[in-house]
Amino acid sequence: MHYTFKIERGNFTDAGQASSSVKRTLKQLGVDPANIKRTVVALFEAEINAVAHAYGGTIDVDIDGEKIVMVVADEGPGIPNIELAMQEGWSTASAKVREMGYGAGMGLPNIKKNTDELKIDTKVGVGTTVTMTVNLA
Amino acid sequence: MTLKDIIEELDLKCLNPVNLDAEVSSAYASDLLSDVMGNARSGQVWITMQTHKNVTAIASLKDMPAVIIVRDGVPDDDMLQHAKDEDICLLVSKDATFEVCGKLYDLIK
Repeated sequence: MHYTFKIERGNFTDAGQASSSVKRTLKQLGVDPANIKRTVVALFEAEINAVAHAYGGTIDVDIDGEKIVMVVADEGPGIPNIELAMQEGWSTASAKVREMGYGAGMGLPNIKKNTDELKIDTKVGVGTTVTMTVNLA
Repeated sequence: MTLKDIIEELDLKCLNPVNLDAEVSSAYASDLLSDVMGNARSGQVWITMQTHKNVTAIASLKDMPAVIIVRDGVPDDDMLQHAKDEDICLLVSKDATFEVCGKLYDLIK
């Protein structure tokens, strides 16, 4: 099964719709609740990262019997230093984003903790593609 | 203890009366959304001063039955609507986080 969602820059109002929709689908498919939880945490965080930092992008989700693969691809500033970005507490979020309760530097660490595989391809000034895999078996 | 009992005991204003029979044995207090995303557990009540729609989005994703907004916070219109759409019980306390946590801890621990 394949699903695609769009990400709009700064549109926090609709953030979470992809995660919500994927959650409903996984529930209908009878996927183990623990794996549903891991999936939605990772997808929501990646979605918020793109909304907060990028200029727009897409989310592609593929579900088969063995795994869930989520690809969040954005056009944006890219991540100059991935090692720093993976550190808990490190963030480049704006004041506005921090006011909403984001920007604590926990997004990427949360994704890492909740996925079996995390791949980040990024190019400064071009964009970032985050590929997350949750194994179901 | 049910959510309904907690609403009565803590004198909370209820803006969306759903999940009233839910058994509540724990809560999570935080204004950092990724903290809740990463560390809250399903079934917990979320105590926060955040009043925007992403709160109800996370509460729904994490299967949290209710959100308590502290210090008479007023939820954004789209947060209230989203709480209704997603069946999240939206509650408001006149107390600050410390008092809400203390009272709730005494009740359910």
